Amino acid sequence: MTADLLLQAVVSGLLLGGVYGLVASGLSLIFGVLRIINFAHGAVMMLAMYTTYWLFTLLKVDPYLSILVTGPAFFVLGMIIQRLVIEPNRFAAEHNQLMLTLGLALVLENLALVLWQGDFRTVRPPYASASFMLGEALVEVPRLVACGGAVVMALALFAFLRLTDVGKAIRALAEEPEGAMLMGIDVRRIRAVAFGVGSGCVAVAGALVTPFFYVAPDVGESFNIMAFVVVVLGGMGNFVGALLSGFIVGLAESLGATLLPGSLKQLVVFALFVLVLLFRPAGLVGGGRGR
Amino acid sequence: MAAEVVASLAVGILVVAPPFLPPYFLEILISVMLFGYLGAAWNILGGYAGQFSFGHAAYFGIGAYTSTLLFLTLGLTPWLGMLAGGVLAAVFGLFAGYLSFRYGLRGPYFSLVTLAFAEMLRVVAVNTKAVGSSLGLVIPNRESAPLNFVFAGKLPYYYVILAMALAALWITRRLERSKLGYSLLAIRENEDAAEAAGVDSLGMKLRAMALSSFLTALGGTFYAQYFAYIDPTITFGPAVSIQGLLQAIVGGAGTVLGPVIGAFVLTPMSELSRAALRGRAGVDVMLYGLVLILVISFLPNGLMGWVRRRRRA
Repeated sequence: MTADLLLQAVVSGLLLGGVYGLVASGLSLIFGVLRIINFAHGAVMMLAMYTTYWLFTLLKVDPYLSILVTGPAFFVLGMIIQRLVIEPNRFAAEHNQLMLTLGLALVLENLALVLWQGDFRTVRPPYASASFMLGEALVEVPRLVACGGAVVMALALFAFLRLTDVGKAIRALAEEPEGAMLMGIDVRRIRAVAFGVGSGCVAVAGALVTPFFYVAPDVGESFNIMAFVVVVLGGMGNFVGALLSGFIVGLAESLGATLLPGSLKQLVVFALFVLVLLFRPAGLVGGGRGR
Repeated sequence: MAAEVVASLAVGILVVAPPFLPPYFLEILISVMLFGYLGAAWNILGGYAGQFSFGHAAYFGIGAYTSTLLFLTLGLTPWLGMLAGGVLAAVFGLFAGYLSFRYGLRGPYFSLVTLAFAEMLRVVAVNTKAVGSSLGLVIPNRESAPLNFVFAGKLPYYYVILAMALAALWITRRLERSKLGYSLLAIRENEDAAEAAGVDSLGMKLRAMALSSFLTALGGTFYAQYFAYIDPTITFGPAVSIQGLLQAIVGGAGTVLGPVIGAFVLTPMSELSRAALRGRAGVDVMLYGLVLILVISFLPNGLMGWVRRRRRA
């Protein structure tokens, strides 16, 4: 094992970690406000990736430019899903709400399979293979842009939550649902907005990764599981924790891939997941709501 | 009383009718029984103890791989391999359960950790040459050998899985009226209150876990013998975990017959949709998802819950 390889692993891991951080921030937001673990989060990302793919293939829209469409479109789609499927079951048992998002994931993923079959599709704009050397490590430009874009988007989310009235209402609801209701916050609307914002975030992440990833009906699954790991590690409902632990998980996965043979890298991530769930369910950073 | 007559009639039909069924229907009936069986096994932990496992594929896979590997390497009959797989799965279940329960994982956190355990086993199986890695294992020589759990036609397999499903239902029924069963219900409804009333929740949940994982593993061996081929995704993949819980939730989690009722509704539905839309992969699972959403929205206690409510009204 040479130092170069390790350096490369660190760079790739950190770059993908930023994206994990954004995916997980959306998931964390939804958990914080709605108290549900959204199994359909990855499926929403997958749909956004297909949207990016079709915009690029049919209309020649640049993947990054398409964010202007996918972001708002999936914000609205998320609100609709929340209103139609989740809100009516707001008082259902916790495990039934979990099943509900599992059902949603099955529907969305297999809808994509029915519509577009299981083929791997790719979006390759002219800059897809652009890269440069950082010391001994190769940095692929699309991955760098994805990471940068994800961090910017996550920071924008934090700003939105801190500075706007709606954002403050979302945080109030996450912290003290009854208090928020008593203060006259339109709880129903805020729950829909939170689901919409979470979906918008994961859609942006989807658009950001398409130039260097593939698009397929089950592409969201691995991101979804990764986001679970990140969210638990960062502390459920803790947004800063989500972004930070996104980098930790990206790094762990990438180092695992370099040090372990075959696809055993996933083992590192799952092991990390189980350990954190068992020993630090409130998250490494703390402040999350464990158990 | 009427219920018992209906039940015996149903069992009678299930025993007598299949020899006269065309092969296609027999295959569907075998699927119904297998999924109903897996649902019943999941139901013990998920439905009665209220611990929603998302990782029962772990036990299914352990069962399938243990009996198959013992047969391929030592020539041990899968009938015994089945028990070995069951015991191994129960041990793994106790290990995973002890860790999860000991550290107080509840609700969705338990679901996530079980999912992670199953996925870890899948990754290990994919990367282990000795168990065939991602290519999986084939059981060769399909000539009839009942002592080695290999039959000439499909009919004997049907009777095996029918017996297993009926046994699982009988066990569930016994469980429902046992101390363990009552303790599990108390834990499901309110674990803290159950603890305060003197229920050993850790011990009770572990017993449910051991029983549920043992039974699930036997289903894994049946699958391996029936299809004569297993691989990591088929046996350890999330789809298996979802199958079990789906039958139970649609039919009615925490009821004896729920999982089998669920299987009788879901399996033919998926077969019909596949036949109607040939060549379109995914339609059947999409329908599963849709049914899951509809059942939770409109029949939160499943079909059995609905039947019970109507009977009471």
